[in-house]
Amino acid sequence: MEYNKIVIKHFSHPKNVGEIKNADGIGKVGNPVCGDVMHVYIKIGKKKMKGKEKEFVKDIKFKTMGCAAAIATSSMITAIAKGKSLEDVEKITRNDVAESLGGLPPIKMHCSNLAADALREAIKNYRKKRGVKND
Amino acid sequence: MKKLIYMDTENRGFSVSRKSEKIKEIYLDNAATTKVDERVLKEMEKYHSEYYGNASSIHDKGEEAKSGLEKARKIIANSINASPEEIVFTSGGTESNNLAIKGIAFSNQNKKHIITTKIEHDCVLNACKWLEKQGWKITYLEVNSEGFVDVEQLKREINENTALVSIIHGNNEIGTVQDLESIGKICREKNILFHTDACQSYTKENLDVKKQNLDLVTLNAHKIHGPKGVGALYIRNGIKITPLAHGGGQEKGKRGGTENVPGVVGFAKAVEIASEKEVGKMKKLRDKIINGIEKIRGAKLNGSREKRLCNNINFVFKGIEGEAIVGYLNEHRICCSTGSACSSKSLEPSHVLLAIGLKPEEAHGSLRISLSKYTTKKEVEKLLKVLPMIIKKLRSISPFGGN
Ligand SMILES: Cc1ncc(COP(=O)(O)O)c(C=O)c1O
Ligand code: FES
Repeated sequence: MEYNKIVIKHFSHPKNVGEIKNADGIGKVGNPVCGDVMHVYIKIGKKKMKGKEKEFVKDIKFKTMGCAAAIATSSMITAIAKGKSLEDVEKITRNDVAESLGGLPPIKMHCSNLAADALREAIKNYRKKRGVKND
Repeated sequence: MKKLIYMDTENRGFSVSRKSEKIKEIYLDNAATTKVDERVLKEMEKYHSEYYGNASSIHDKGEEAKSGLEKARKIIANSINASPEEIVFTSGGTESNNLAIKGIAFSNQNKKHIITTKIEHDCVLNACKWLEKQGWKITYLEVNSEGFVDVEQLKREINENTALVSIIHGNNEIGTVQDLESIGKICREKNILFHTDACQSYTKENLDVKKQNLDLVTLNAHKIHGPKGVGALYIRNGIKITPLAHGGGQEKGKRGGTENVPGVVGFAKAVEIASEKEVGKMKKLRDKIINGIEKIRGAKLNGSREKRLCNNINFVFKGIEGEAIVGYLNEHRICCSTGSACSSKSLEPSHVLLAIGLKPEEAHGSLRISLSKYTTKKEVEKLLKVLPMIIKKLRSISPFGGN
């Protein structure tokens, strides 16, 4: 296939597959281009990072129905996000995912949108929930 | 700013693919193309290195080539009950289909109407779409859920402006085999030219231009263990057709260009070699696969069970995507194909699967397996062992996998 070895590896052995019960945030998005779907679940924790108490992604899981690139980008973005502060996670771009995978075929670049958008949705969902609870 | 790049520290490697480097591939994508038979290669070799003359030259070297060319023409003509002068060699199925459709259109500029179907190969559909831009009206016949054309609709759509009816014989995706005889009869009665694309059915299904009332037939070599880039168009005697390539008068002026003699000779050899016994063997393996896959939850066969190409299997699997299935099979060194949107250049699901009534999300999970005479029982058993595991794994990743 036209994918590189890193993509194939994340496709055939995806990390962080599954769902999280009582997730703090859930992101569900569909790819308007091809009809693929990704769900992301996050659990948020708090810890001291660089001297400051920060929110971070304690756990993250995904479920994806999509092509090899969609599964690989899902796996990769969860691997990137896990353990990072929310601030940093929010800065993850579509390109970061594709780059970490060593590149995607041009026609498959849109698949990484799916992953980046789903993660962003999950964080939004978490913030919204927390907002409702706390404020 | 620091880049958010993920570095993989585990060095797990590629367990499946590495192990399988030594395993020979299982090629189950014979609707795309086939392996060239050694006997075909051997025959072609002679026409590359020994009888390499130009079939139009008048010296002996030319005569040798010419004789090979004409012998091949006879073999191909015989195989469909035609006369040799009714066979025009081309560069393959795409050119033959283009020549049939545009060539007939150009010779019938007063008519401006063509009838075809929604399940044609892209080269037929795109030739028709191009004609639409030139002012032609094209009717795309519906098919039923198994992929069969409705002959009553065909009858209704034919009018005094209709120049041509073009209907695929054996469908390349779902394997449905149309009833050429009844379609041919209608067209002949109404005095409309009838073209069929028989690339997938050639040497597998009965083709008889007289009995089936065929006026134009597209054939090619690379689906039947012949070389790529060679095909033929049967044009019934007396039919006027405008050539696409004007040249030095080759192929009775219907297709210019120095003839691809080695290719054509190889094509004929492939036809000679093809046997009914192989068709029977493929049918058996096909049914074994169909029965095996049907045991998987949420698997549905596309196309017809009875009137189906001997080498075609096409399923949809609920809740997963076809390119991913093909990718996992590829990790097991099994080569198949899919009609899913993700796998196509246009990112649209297969028009054939949509035409038989599948929703885009259903067409998403399609898998085509196509056999050849080389496919073995052992290979089929391996497929049937591996595929259920793959479907299960992909469903465990999918939000719609069920349990
Ligand atoms: C039904 C059908 N028609 C036409 C073609 C095109 O033939 P070729 O590849 O020889 O141009 C193919 C195969 O690709 C086919 O399956
Ligand atoms: S997400 Fe559909 S093509 Fe990759």
